Amino acid sequence: MGFSTTLTVNGVTQTIDLDDPRVTLLDLLRERLQLTGTKKGCDRGQCGACTVILDGRRVNSCLALAISHDGANVLTIEGVAQANRLHPVQEAFLAHDGLQCGFCTPGQIMSAIGLIQEGQAGNDPERVREGMSGNLCRCAAYQGIAQAVLAAQKILSAVSRKEVA
Amino acid sequence: MKTFDYIRPANVQDAVAAASESGAAYLAAGTNLMDLMKGGVIRPDKLVDITRLPGLDRIEDLPDGGARVGALVRNADLAHDRNFSRRFPAVAEALLSGASAQLRNAATVGGNLLQRTRCAYFYDVASACNKRDPGTGCDARGGDSRPQAIMGWSEHCIATHPSDFCVPLVALDAVVEVAGKAGQREIPLETFHRLPDDTPDRESVLEPGDLIVAVRLPADAARFAAHSRYLKVRERTSYAFAVVSAAAALRFEGPIIVEARVALGGVAMKPWRAREAEAVLTGEQAAASVFRRAAEAALATAKPSGDNGFKIELARRVTVRALALAAASTPARPPALPASPLAVSGVALHA
Repeated sequence: MGFSTTLTVNGVTQTIDLDDPRVTLLDLLRERLQLTGTKKGCDRGQCGACTVILDGRRVNSCLALAISHDGANVLTIEGVAQANRLHPVQEAFLAHDGLQCGFCTPGQIMSAIGLIQEGQAGNDPERVREGMSGNLCRCAAYQGIAQAVLAAQKILSAVSRKEVA
Repeated sequence: MKTFDYIRPANVQDAVAAASESGAAYLAAGTNLMDLMKGGVIRPDKLVDITRLPGLDRIEDLPDGGARVGALVRNADLAHDRNFSRRFPAVAEALLSGASAQLRNAATVGGNLLQRTRCAYFYDVASACNKRDPGTGCDARGGDSRPQAIMGWSEHCIATHPSDFCVPLVALDAVVEVAGKAGQREIPLETFHRLPDDTPDRESVLEPGDLIVAVRLPADAARFAAHSRYLKVRERTSYAFAVVSAAAALRFEGPIIVEARVALGGVAMKPWRAREAEAVLTGEQAAASVFRRAAEAALATAKPSGDNGFKIELARRVTVRALALAAASTPARPPALPASPLAVSGVALHA
């Protein structure tokens, strides 16, 4: 039985043939589109390394069946920088040492971008920590991660204030 | 993962027909289903994808003052719906205490009700489990009993229902709207989940093909909005299932509690409505001694299912604390990390 799914990934729309309904969005990104920035950690929705923005919401791509998300818009870590300019969240992770080994970092950054877009945490460190609790870091760079998210939130909210004005 | 057929029906009627066949399972967000399928815990032959069914993604105010939440509404969207959370704050607080932001963004209202237990022996296909494979026994008995039940369990199964959302829902008399082969019907949430008895594989009263289309809260439920809390004790301050949790909702006339609602989570294979506690509270003034008597009534039939007797006293204390918090008043916004020793905004709320 043949399946296909049409996805817009980082602004590019493509139809991907699936020979199997079991393909997750994570495996599709990594194995079919060679977008290996999105990481496979636990593959069970516990670690957050596979976080992408799916139709505007951060989700665990390991738990999303690709076939079920036909027509969806996906943003991955490969799509957040503009030309040679890093995304403000990427800049903040560098500035605040929000990583050590780097394996969880794409998921952390996608989750942070989602968190800031959701607008529920603001500059409250507790809400940032709760909002980032779906992303595990075995190097325990949590202090730096929380600082990076708070710093990026400040920059991005200043940018959006400017845009509104 | 075993392979499966995949279909995407166009309407509820087609979905029910397709899912009535043996071996079929509904797919919504799949946040629990995919996890279970990857582990070989459940092995459906066919997935019936309901994510495109029209009309199931709405949060509606009903003319009588109640609310109707479509089965496909995302947990995060419901929790952050201002109108809903203002009227049913304990429900929003429970939703936000569950899972992670990523999971709340995907997981649906209907799926939350039907999520499976997180009993490690159910998940481990090498363990005996009457819920996974009826008749094989229960390795949870005599095993790690910390997450297991203290009420309503049987020799055949001591697992707990993991939902936070269902705890305030059952306290507030929520009703589940179900579409089935014989049309639509309504089931009070209190009778929706089954206790294990000798058929722990049957977790709800749903029949094959039955599809949750909505969850309804009656108008009365909004009358508790000023004094409603959900308190959850877990192994870490975020992203963990409840060891024990409690929903408490009070309605006052002057200093007198004229109506009370209490339910417990993490204690049984269903969200546990504690009507005995409600009877103790009704007509009393808010006081620690009254809350303690209510908690003792709530746990009167509790019995350890292993080395988890501590959960009985923990559940009493969480009930007392939830009642005290509810009596004090609903906060404008629930705390993000209510039980964190690192919390900068005031005192940790755990018992």
